[in-house]
Amino acid sequence: MSAPAKTDGVALEVRDLAVHIGGLVALAGISFQVPLGAIVSLIGPNGAGKTTAFNVITGFMKATDGQVFFRGSELARLSPERIAALGLVRTFQRTSLFTACTVFENVLTALHLRGRAGVLGALLRLPSMLREEATLQSEARDILDFVGLTGRAEETARNLAYGEQRLLGLAIALAAQPTLLLLDEPAAGLNPSETESFKQLIRRVRERGTTVLLVEHDMQMVMSISDEVLVLNQGRMIAAGPPAAVQRDPEVIRAYLGSGKRAAA
Amino acid sequence: MSARVFNLLFVALAASLPLWMRDPYLLAILSSTGIFIIAAISLNLLLGFTGQLSLGHAAFFGIGAYTSALLSLGFDVDIGLPSPVVVDPKPVWVAFFGAVAVSGLFGFLIGKLAFRVRGAYFVIVTIAFAEVMRMVALNWVDLTEGPMALNNIPPLSIWWPGSGLIALVTKPQAYWLVLAVGVVCYFLVAHMVRSRIGRALVALRENEPLARSVGVRVTHYLVVATVVSAAIAGAAGALYAHCVRIVDPDVFLFIYTVTMVIMVVSGGKGTLAGPVVGGLIFGLMPQALRGTAPPEVQWIIYGIGIILIVFFLPRGIVPAFADLARLRVPQALRRPAKVAP
Repeated sequence: MSAPAKTDGVALEVRDLAVHIGGLVALAGISFQVPLGAIVSLIGPNGAGKTTAFNVITGFMKATDGQVFFRGSELARLSPERIAALGLVRTFQRTSLFTACTVFENVLTALHLRGRAGVLGALLRLPSMLREEATLQSEARDILDFVGLTGRAEETARNLAYGEQRLLGLAIALAAQPTLLLLDEPAAGLNPSETESFKQLIRRVRERGTTVLLVEHDMQMVMSISDEVLVLNQGRMIAAGPPAAVQRDPEVIRAYLGSGKRAAA
Repeated sequence: MSARVFNLLFVALAASLPLWMRDPYLLAILSSTGIFIIAAISLNLLLGFTGQLSLGHAAFFGIGAYTSALLSLGFDVDIGLPSPVVVDPKPVWVAFFGAVAVSGLFGFLIGKLAFRVRGAYFVIVTIAFAEVMRMVALNWVDLTEGPMALNNIPPLSIWWPGSGLIALVTKPQAYWLVLAVGVVCYFLVAHMVRSRIGRALVALRENEPLARSVGVRVTHYLVVATVVSAAIAGAAGALYAHCVRIVDPDVFLFIYTVTMVIMVVSGGKGTLAGPVVGGLIFGLMPQALRGTAPPEVQWIIYGIGIILIVFFLPRGIVPAFADLARLRVPQALRRPAKVAP
């Protein structure tokens, strides 16, 4: 329950968001806020609608009803690339990389929004474009350094170990300069020590001033890192609050945590 | 660095060729192969780097050829206005760059139209576009002379110190012209590919959702690639018009597009050298086979060659050889230039 780095303002506000896919109600009108500078986690059993919420917020899916506001402006009907340009960037649940490119090229490519070189600059290799290129390359190195992949810079992405691929996925998202970063199960498939270092990394991301919205199944990670936890079940928000309070919520225990095992220990 | 030296040596060798190889027939063959290589380079930008297959690329080539020919010859045409549109003959280089611009414009229109419906639909739109263009060239006799073809197209000329303006009519001159334009086009594409824009194109090919998630505007970059690709194909077409000096509707034939695709795919799509290598092989193979076998057998050999390459080198010749070369270079030494700024 550490205090958010920057408390003024709301990074993301979701109002009565509903998504119907055919006859299936994936989201039945959920509302929540993510304060600027916070780490907020979205949890719930499989099929609760977490990834659907991510897809709608980042423009990859259309909402049936409801609104999404990012730093006060509505995101309705904006394309994913426009939303990314506003500073709302996501990672993907299944590792998503530019697999044929090197690690360095992956990050350099993801720095797309940081550059402004146009066709003419590129075709003629104008000095301004070359200067920009040098800046981007040094930024790419900084990002690789931040996630700890510097030594693997020249490796082809598909040859990385699984844990390294998850790190590269994060590096790609960071390269897009998010104000709000949506992480979709970043620790999925990681071993405990990798999960622990990923957790530290997320903390450092927040310290750099990036707000984080996290979907995660690893309860130990969620409870230790989050300022606030939102619990979804079958498309509905059943609880929201600080981790300790959510852990004690009887409905949460019934729906999600109380399956015989002490998953939230 | 070594790649730069290799490029330089290759260009120097190619440029010196007419000095020690004086067979005009072979030079003519190399010139026309060079024109096709330029077209293949432009196709590679779309097919290799964005992954979109344009099966109407001959259309941009043909539009370039007709535009440059018509502008340099001048034309008058009645399009229902009170008085016919009359265009006086323009200087050849004005015509050449006019052709580049017009082809690029058509690239823009096709790109805007076709990328709303991508994949297979893009292929269909481009095929239809080329066929429509062929029909226009065949039937709009007032403008294009139809099957009678546009004749007596003036050659391109340059100003040379000491001799003034000289028309490039001899075989070596035409060869050097094609080589010069080819080198310029190669480096334009190389620059584009190794820039932020090229990375955006590759990102869209490799993983579109991820590319969009980091802010790459899909339609914008696909249209940019189509415009540049069409403009370069137009330059190749204009070059064709002024070197061959006759243009007929056959420039829009599907077989030319197929030839370009074969050059790109066999050489290695998505590599800069691929279209050049593939173009040299499949451009020169028919000539090399000429006289060695009956025509039908030549085509069978040509076909078997393609099948063998696709079967054994599915990614193309250049990537296969690059892999071979890489096996000998220790991991730590590989691509050091990229790490340093």
